[in-house]
Amino acid sequence: MSLMKQSEGTAKINVKDLNLYYGDKQALFDVSLNIEEKKVTALIGPSGCGKSTFLRTLNRMNDLIDGVKINGDIVIDNEDIYKSSDVIKLRTKIGMVFQKPNLFPMSIYDNVAYGPRAQGIKNKKVLNEIVEESLRGAAIWDEVKDRLKSSALGLSGGQQQRVCIARAIAMKPDIILMDEPTSALDPISTLKVEELIAQLKKEYTIVIVTHNMQQAARVSDKTAFFLNGEIVEYDVTNNVFSNPKDQRTEDYVTGRFG
Amino acid sequence: MRGMLWLSSLVTVAILLIIVGYIFYKGFRLINFEFIFGDYSPTGGGGIWPMIVTTVYTIVISLAIATPIGILAAVYLQEYAKQGRLVRTIRFATESLTGIPSIIYGLFGAVFFVTTLKLGMSIIAASLTLTIIVLPVVIRTTEEALKTVPAAYREGSLALGTTKLQTLIKVILPSSMPGILSGIILSMGRIVGESAAIFLTAGTVAAMPTSIFSSARTLTVHSFLVTQEAGDIELAAAVGIVLIVIILLLNFSATFISKKLSKADY
Ligand SMILES: Nc1ncnc2c1ncn2[C@@H]1O[C@H](COP(=O)(O)OP(=O)(O)O)[C@@H](O)[C@H]1O
Ligand SMILES: [Mg+2]
Repeated sequence: MSLMKQSEGTAKINVKDLNLYYGDKQALFDVSLNIEEKKVTALIGPSGCGKSTFLRTLNRMNDLIDGVKINGDIVIDNEDIYKSSDVIKLRTKIGMVFQKPNLFPMSIYDNVAYGPRAQGIKNKKVLNEIVEESLRGAAIWDEVKDRLKSSALGLSGGQQQRVCIARAIAMKPDIILMDEPTSALDPISTLKVEELIAQLKKEYTIVIVTHNMQQAARVSDKTAFFLNGEIVEYDVTNNVFSNPKDQRTEDYVTGRFG
Repeated sequence: MRGMLWLSSLVTVAILLIIVGYIFYKGFRLINFEFIFGDYSPTGGGGIWPMIVTTVYTIVISLAIATPIGILAAVYLQEYAKQGRLVRTIRFATESLTGIPSIIYGLFGAVFFVTTLKLGMSIIAASLTLTIIVLPVVIRTTEEALKTVPAAYREGSLALGTTKLQTLIKVILPSSMPGILSGIILSMGRIVGESAAIFLTAGTVAAMPTSIFSSARTLTVHSFLVTQEAGDIELAAAVGIVLIVIILLLNFSATFISKKLSKADY
């Protein structure tokens, strides 16, 4: 794609000619883009245009859906993730935060320790450290440190979403995928999560789907605009919003449709 | 409309209270230590301890077999099997099995377990028959319970790099535990309430069973026989009280065990 002339950072994820079909229905059309390391990449576009579908190809969550066919290449750290069969290893390297907080019905501690325990870490001291470090990393430690053993479902939605982020970073991933992580949250919680994203990008490569254009403008370094399963424009966020090259991008970011 | 709803629930509760109250009223005079813990005496005046032991045996044995098999089958059907014709057929079969009158199961048990497998009229033959009776109940309720686990839990767990089995054991089964438990409690009710099938497979010997291969008499069968043979409603009601208490105790312990299980180390 010619639109990718200014790629300053190193690419963490290389996607080339990706097509995805739900049964006979094609949802992604020749998607190609490089996602840079330790940057925030926003995926924007009207609902139903394939943002979530694309995001979920990166950690192979679409494998769970019957009848999904995928072709094209996704290379992460020089490994084609659809050619190597170790999905488990891939998913330990890529954290995911969903649209609605989906903490398990267990204590806050157990939620955060869930992933490391599944990896076989049993040592209490090690687990304690991981839990504290992750909750601190997700800027929620002070709010929950006195109630680690109580149910995670007793927290507010915004707190739950930050514990979800803690749960993801407890796996010490390289990449964090977020699918409209603030769409179910109030403005104050949204702000906290956005501040958190700004912190997290020092350590992680972040890909975030959002239908909120102000959010994309605030948190991201690069933005990809999706329309009907295709990438229309992919560029530095500033350019996408203030100097779009494609008429459809301009129409979308100025709020003329979507 | 609201009034109707209210009235229907009132009627339901009232009927329940009347039945339980009537049984207590009729039977409570007979309840004493000797009646519960005494050995049975054919000439009258003895206790019902052998029937209590037999009842507990049949409940424990049939649930010990039906619960694990039923849960595994439900997990397979719901989580692993490819949803197609075969699975639909199996579901249809289990559903149909729930509707068959228990006398049919009793006849089958009498032919297959008692005669063909040469187990004789025995607690084990009755328990195996009861296992078949409650298996569809356990499978159905467990499947329903698994269905109610939000897809978001599965996704959340798998996205953390866990295997399907880990997700099942750590998240899905614990969150469906209340539903599975209600299936087990339903099954208990079915076992305790059963008379025809047990009559045909365990017999009516009113004596302390020496092993699971003894022929023996459960409380329900006993209650039926004393009413039918001796017309002793009072005795039957007293047995009924004991049955109600046993069911309550079992329900409490099932709830307790499931609480313990779902708090198991994540
Ligand atoms: N599980 C699925 N099965 C079939 N079609 C799906 C499925 N998930 C999404 N789609 C379709 O794929 C398209 C893209 O959906 P999605 O990726 O969820 O869009 P977005 O996240 O941008 O709103 C939509 O047309 C949607 O209907
Ligand atoms: Mg979406």
